[in-house]
Amino acid sequence: MNVDVRILRYDPERDQAPHWENYKLVVDPMDRVLDLLIKVKAEQDGSLSFRRSCGHGICGSDAMLINNRNRLACRIRVDQLGRKISVAPLPGLPVVKDLVVEMSGFFGKYRSVKPYLINDQPEPERERLQSPKDRARFDDTTKCILCAACTTSCPSFWARPEYVGPAAIVQAHRFIFDSRDEGAAERLEILSDEDGVWRCRTIFNCVDACPRGINITRAILEVSSAIVGRRG
Amino acid sequence: MERYAPKLMELAPRDMVSRAMYQEIRAGRGIGGKDYLYLDVRHLGRKVIEEKLPDITDFARIYQGVEPLTEPVPVQPTAHYAMGGIPTNVSAEVVRDEKNTVVPGLFAAGECACVSVHGANRLGTNSLVDLLVFGRRAGRQMARYAGTVERPQPIADATVPVHAQLEAIRSRESKGESVAKIRHELADVMMDNVGVYRDGKLLTAALTKVRELKERNGAVSIGDCGAVFNTDLLEANEMGYLLDLAEVTVVGALARTESRGAHSREDFPERNDARWLKHTLAYQGPKGPTLKYKPVSITRFEPKPRTY
Repeated sequence: MNVDVRILRYDPERDQAPHWENYKLVVDPMDRVLDLLIKVKAEQDGSLSFRRSCGHGICGSDAMLINNRNRLACRIRVDQLGRKISVAPLPGLPVVKDLVVEMSGFFGKYRSVKPYLINDQPEPERERLQSPKDRARFDDTTKCILCAACTTSCPSFWARPEYVGPAAIVQAHRFIFDSRDEGAAERLEILSDEDGVWRCRTIFNCVDACPRGINITRAILEVSSAIVGRRG
Repeated sequence: MERYAPKLMELAPRDMVSRAMYQEIRAGRGIGGKDYLYLDVRHLGRKVIEEKLPDITDFARIYQGVEPLTEPVPVQPTAHYAMGGIPTNVSAEVVRDEKNTVVPGLFAAGECACVSVHGANRLGTNSLVDLLVFGRRAGRQMARYAGTVERPQPIADATVPVHAQLEAIRSRESKGESVAKIRHELADVMMDNVGVYRDGKLLTAALTKVRELKERNGAVSIGDCGAVFNTDLLEANEMGYLLDLAEVTVVGALARTESRGAHSREDFPERNDARWLKHTLAYQGPKGPTLKYKPVSITRFEPKPRTY
């Protein structure tokens, strides 16, 4: 089938501002947007720049704004989008070039919530065991692939870029509710900051954007409840 | 699968499952006479499928529009993981020769490395050994090593050949072939001739093709000459490395006139320990790779026929 693909292009060495470019492509309805981008790059314009790695929704490299919603290019098909497809970089982050955004701020916030196991007890001889019930407590948030689709879809983040954002809270949740971890208090302290969980206005954009189907708003509410519970 | 692995059936190691699939397809028993088979997981039931196979179920839904709860999933063997790699010892230090001489300060772990814990076929989930065990050992050894050596003098002109290599690609006139074309042809020949089954004729043809592609790759041109996030230049540069690796793979497979693990030669279907119980080491030279061999240290697990 024929599709019209519109891509927001920006080359800092040549362009004053981003501009739309149109590409006509013959594609299969089962092709993904990533296939389309690879096709444009191979056949029409080698300078088109985008991140991609695993190509099947695990690495989280190719989140972008596709038909006005944050999606992974490798997980959204032409037949789900129609004949007119627009592709732009993730909103709210500085654009490096074309569809490539500057992620260091995003990863800085991720690091700020200490996304690793904190446990100062002496190392046991064997692994630290956990019951299936305790494991299930944070199962949903283990699915995060740090693609930034949620954070960059969040109006609270657009309004205040200092907001730690849904992705970082999801990552904090994954450890706060892990029975083997002892760092909950310090993480909750970090997240009760003015740019922490209270910026969430339960708009649910993040839930719609998450390619892993994580119930992000629920995770954020569980973290805020834990902060309140700790104070009380 | 009862014809191929009567005890383990579909849970046999994936090189065996791949060969079984390949044989069935080649015998004309693919679905509708085509080059794929069906994987049916419906008997597992919704709970098991959704709890234990969430990602793979998702792939079927997204990439094939198939619902594994109610429909069989079309499948085909494909490349999945690179066995072999940069030779290291158990501390993740890179070794340079058959005597395991360490290259000081150079470490490798993960899929790029070859500690040789997997033998000639890495079994499912065992890449975690490379990541979790040898990643950790690499970190520890690096910390130990860094504590024992003086800060090395940076090599003054280390970046010169790299810049020259990139500049050679960047400055070419825009009349050459595209990197994408070379990449497609390489993927095709490696899949068809160096895949599930190999033989001398296919491998020899693949070697000719890979060398032809190397030649042509020396004249590819790119559409992006910029200095910012230039993935066109990156891909062109990486194409050269891909071709080097493809050539090493073919040369090693062609020399190894036996079948072992995932290396399955139709012209030499048996394992031959007398001649081939050894590791292949490839050295890059101006005329392509040359091979040397390193003995295998057998500890707890003797090589033996794999019956499942």
